[in-house]
Amino acid sequence: MEFLMAFIIGILFMCATYLILSKSLLRIIIGTGLLSHGVHLLLLTMGGLKKGAAPLLGQHVESYTDPLPQALILTAIVISFGVTSFLLVLAYRTYQELGTDNMEKLRGKKYD
Amino acid sequence: MINLILFPILIPLFMGIILIFFHKRVILQRIFSLLSTSASIVVALLIMDKIKNEGIQTVNLSNWDAPFGITIVSDMVSALLVLTTNIIAFCCILYSFKGIDRERENYFYYSMIQFLLVGVIGAFSTGDIFNLFVFFEVMLMASYVLLVLGNTKIQLRETVKYIIINVVASALFVIAVAYLYSVVGTLNMAFISERISELGDTGILTVIAVLFLIVFGLKGAIFPLFFWLPGSYNAAPIPILALFGALLTKVGVYSIARTYSLFFYEDSYVFALLGTLALITIILGAIGSIAYNDVKKIIIYNIVTAIGVILFGFSAFNTVSLTGAIFYLIHDMIIKGALFLLIGIMIYITGTSNLKSMSGLIKRYPLLAWTFFIAALGLAGIPPLSGFVGKLLIIQGAFEESNYIGGFIIVLSSLLVLLSVIKIFVKAFWGDESDNVTKKPVKTLLLPGCILVLLSFLIGIGVEVLLPYISLAAESLLQPENYIHAVLKE
Repeated sequence: MEFLMAFIIGILFMCATYLILSKSLLRIIIGTGLLSHGVHLLLLTMGGLKKGAAPLLGQHVESYTDPLPQALILTAIVISFGVTSFLLVLAYRTYQELGTDNMEKLRGKKYD
Repeated sequence: MINLILFPILIPLFMGIILIFFHKRVILQRIFSLLSTSASIVVALLIMDKIKNEGIQTVNLSNWDAPFGITIVSDMVSALLVLTTNIIAFCCILYSFKGIDRERENYFYYSMIQFLLVGVIGAFSTGDIFNLFVFFEVMLMASYVLLVLGNTKIQLRETVKYIIINVVASALFVIAVAYLYSVVGTLNMAFISERISELGDTGILTVIAVLFLIVFGLKGAIFPLFFWLPGSYNAAPIPILALFGALLTKVGVYSIARTYSLFFYEDSYVFALLGTLALITIILGAIGSIAYNDVKKIIIYNIVTAIGVILFGFSAFNTVSLTGAIFYLIHDMIIKGALFLLIGIMIYITGTSNLKSMSGLIKRYPLLAWTFFIAALGLAGIPPLSGFVGKLLIIQGAFEESNYIGGFIIVLSSLLVLLSVIKIFVKAFWGDESDNVTKKPVKTLLLPGCILVLLSFLIGIGVEVLLPYISLAAESLLQPENYIHAVLKE
């Protein structure tokens, strides 16, 4: 299972890197979204993929799952959700003001 | 166990929320912002006194015992940084009264400064590696808003880049935490340190150390990761630039110092790597600062140089160099804040940041000129100003490790730094008065800059008073046992 997850995470990272390196702002934002998905899966996998009961005392079962990576992922998802939505609004506003979403054109000394 | 150390985080948090409700009442916002930072300064002083007398203070949130819950830890390093942060914030808010336009003030400017402070101070005082990530994000979110507030074209353009860089850095941070968690199975920094010393030297730890270096290096702007800094910071209005320049990069530096001194202190490879990168950072920062004719850019590149000096002092990792690094860190926060606020006044007077089109300011603004002159000397490290002691100790520490090249580069870089700021002084203040010099009331704008320069001067003279606190801070970085003991109560 870990092996399969490693492949998925690798593919996600690959797509994310490709998209982030492109010129279009929207593709970059989708790339950051994919990157954060990959990161969350990595966090889950690194915590160990165990089957077991909920980690409550008094359940008398053999194995428990580790609740910590799940809590961390939840936090990380919320944060990346917030940042991505902010970034999308900002990208739209930038497009309105500057009239382009091409990163090649968003540089230089024009507005200094 | 005392809740006092939570107050520097809680005061700006609640103040930020309260300020949202009356965001159009600018006068009230100003008064409340100043009150809350003053209260934080008092609390930070109390905390420093307490740490000096009773040792490292910790609070376990929700009363979960140490390795399981989130622990807030305040040792001398973080207490000193919290105090300095609040002083800088106080001066930047004071400057904002006149130094930023009404439009920005109306739209949550002061609340965002408070939220930025929550993130910065939280990052300085947390004892949990994932909680550090969360406070980083709080700080970054506030900084995104502050950077783009005002909606000018250059701000929009640079904020997009700034956010994308930081999103990637945050992803790498989570990756580093995930790897670390899989190796040690805990997130409490003290407990991680203990587990790592049991593990011994394994390759994966070096990988994690380098990952942390990349993550915090992106925030702290070390070579080769500082490429985003000059562009993004250049877009911000002056008070925001002063806040960012003085605080944000230093959070990255603090995080490197904290993680490296707690987790990777046995790994000499990463310290050598850090030292080398710091030296290259110094050289490139110094070259950048003499290459430009734009006052903002010159001081921005000086941030990069200073980051290199602090990290070089840290990488030598002996008592003398660490004392120097912490001293220089605090000095640099204050003097960078002062310099940004002072060049802000120059830009306000002349309407341009280009050195070539301003000259002769000294005739009408002598106080501004001489304050800037003192600040410039302080930045370069001329005795008796505060930069001198820090640099001296860092160089001495480097020589103790027989790293003569490093010490030599720092001495040389001081000359270049001096050249870059004196260039501003000579070109902007001396000579015939240029046409764009207008008569404007600058007394209120000058006050915060003067406070910071005076503080830098006092630190320079009163080294003896401050030194016990600084060496206590250096000691707490050098001996992780004290930190572990205070957190885990063994």
